[in-house]
Amino acid sequence: MHKLIASTYKEFLLLTRDIGGIAILFIMPLVLIITITLIQDSTFKTVTDYKIPILIVNNDNGHVSKTILKGLNESNTFEINLKETESTARDLVFKGKYQLAIIIPENLSSGLDKKVSQNVDGIIEKFGLEETTDNLQQEVIKGKEVKLYFDPATQLTFKNSVKNGIDKMVAKIETESIYKAFQEQLTDDPSEVIFDTESYITFNEILPQKDNEEYIPNSVQHNVPAWTLFAIFFIIVPLSINIVKEKSQGTFVRLRTNPVSYAIVLGGKTLVYLMVCLIQFILMLLVGLYVFPAIGLPNLDVSGRLPLLFVVAVFAGLAAIGLGLLLGTIAKTQEQSAPFGATFVVILAALGGVWVPVFVMPKIMQTLSQISPMNWGLNAFYDVFLRNGSLLDILPEISLLLLFFLATTLIAIVYNEKKNAL
Amino acid sequence: MIKIEQVSKKYKGSENFSVSNIDLLIHEKEIFGLLGPNGAGKTTLISMLCALIKPTSGTFSIDGLTYQKNKNQLKQHIGIVPQEYALYPSLTAFENLKYFGSMYGLKGKELDTKINHTLEHLGLLHFAHKKIDAFSGGMKRRVNLIASILHEPKVLFLDEPTVGVDVQSKNVIIEFLQELNKNGTTIIYTSHHLNEAETFCTRVAIIDHGKIIIKGHPKDLIKNNDGAHNLEDVFINLTGKALRDHA
Repeated sequence: MHKLIASTYKEFLLLTRDIGGIAILFIMPLVLIITITLIQDSTFKTVTDYKIPILIVNNDNGHVSKTILKGLNESNTFEINLKETESTARDLVFKGKYQLAIIIPENLSSGLDKKVSQNVDGIIEKFGLEETTDNLQQEVIKGKEVKLYFDPATQLTFKNSVKNGIDKMVAKIETESIYKAFQEQLTDDPSEVIFDTESYITFNEILPQKDNEEYIPNSVQHNVPAWTLFAIFFIIVPLSINIVKEKSQGTFVRLRTNPVSYAIVLGGKTLVYLMVCLIQFILMLLVGLYVFPAIGLPNLDVSGRLPLLFVVAVFAGLAAIGLGLLLGTIAKTQEQSAPFGATFVVILAALGGVWVPVFVMPKIMQTLSQISPMNWGLNAFYDVFLRNGSLLDILPEISLLLLFFLATTLIAIVYNEKKNAL
Repeated sequence: MIKIEQVSKKYKGSENFSVSNIDLLIHEKEIFGLLGPNGAGKTTLISMLCALIKPTSGTFSIDGLTYQKNKNQLKQHIGIVPQEYALYPSLTAFENLKYFGSMYGLKGKELDTKINHTLEHLGLLHFAHKKIDAFSGGMKRRVNLIASILHEPKVLFLDEPTVGVDVQSKNVIIEFLQELNKNGTTIIYTSHHLNEAETFCTRVAIIDHGKIIIKGHPKDLIKNNDGAHNLEDVFINLTGKALRDHA
């Protein structure tokens, strides 16, 4: 125990003597989390608050195009710029000047009216409410196509969201036209209400509740756990460098001749670097609580969740430290440990779902993500932050994180013993 | 007593043995010098005796203890002063010594007193709370030595303990080692300073190409070597004048 305390104190001294290193350890994760959240929040605002400039070529000028333009305006998403020709609009979009151009075809309104009238007339005739007309005399009305041009650099999610929005708008216009046509056929009084055009089926999102209060997740609730975990795992870089440094400066040689086990040496490092992880975590929570609201970002809600959040942070920190101990033990130079450590953390983060949710990954990557400790940590954080989870809910994830720490540390000890066996 | 029997070492990928079938007996309270040109096998032999590398073949024991059977006991029994400064540069001399002393199970006021006393003895008490970073080569060598003797080892291994230090520091180190030896510590050391070895060692062995080519009391070696006036003459006669560069 005495040797473990001495080792821990030595690690503490080494860490506190390197002011630049401490600044990097504590300040960089904060810079990272603020930057990422600001970027993601502004991306979010791009779709909601800020208006994206788009081009419209209106070849119709009827009630349908007016409704489309009105819908786009009311969505508060787009700033509409009208252009005369399709080729001009297409060139501007393909050069990346605009994200999107919508080309409304000629006679869209009149065509739709004719098509709907034809269909309604047909139905009414079937019911025998009107005189039968000769089918052969009916005009064939071809379908119309609304063309969409996207900047090739536009992200798929944005494309899909625009396509879905326009699709929904067109469906609504068609439905309303059908109702209107029926109304005109069935009554001469336009003020008479025959159809209730309000949607019968509506959606209502039910949020998780605690003490009869709904949890309303925001971008900060999503970002803080993900990027906190990312920062915690970056501890493997300074930790592995610390171990490699011991080898290069000769102190490791001296320790090998001392009657002290490698487990004790690693134990001292584990305790100090776990403290670093927890301080990082506390600082990031404080940023979420106090800095984010001050710079216009949503507030981080930790009410009633702090103890469980610390539990997750401790186990995630241990998993990261285990990996750092193993890397530092195996690596021979800082040139090996630092780039490998940094790149490996990015790979683990990608696999863990920090950037792209796991459910949208290809099947093989989804399987791989199941063995990423960052995925376990992220799930545990989401269980607490977003799913109102209890200790029992996070038990599988924190157990995996603990096992990962024990396995990596054990491999490091066995590797060292084997390498230096007598 | 250190008993070395048929000890050999061949590094992975190397064609030759760095140490080949060495037999040696070092008696208690001796100051034994391992001398030889660069790459002769001195550091390899001392590293095997300190459990830093594994012999390819052969056995050895230190006061009847072996690493296979008495690893921790043996580590407590010996001290090693490595050739490089095995110290934390950002810690003070006192902090370094306190840490390495703790690794031998020393603690509390007893350890503090011992550190201060030894620092004073080697003229470093005034610098106890200065970082190693700021120390000169000679000062680092002295702290390096103290870190290895706080637990009062019975056997002390020193790999080039006076390399790169000024005459004053060298004298302080040699006097201190002689005092340790007087108090019962067996000393095994490697050096390129043959004049220093001539006066300091009770016995020396000259190693070349991994083999002991001669051993004995320095004065006897000089006497028995035709035309030799000092240990350096003996050394040159036996190992030749050819450069021993290796990579």
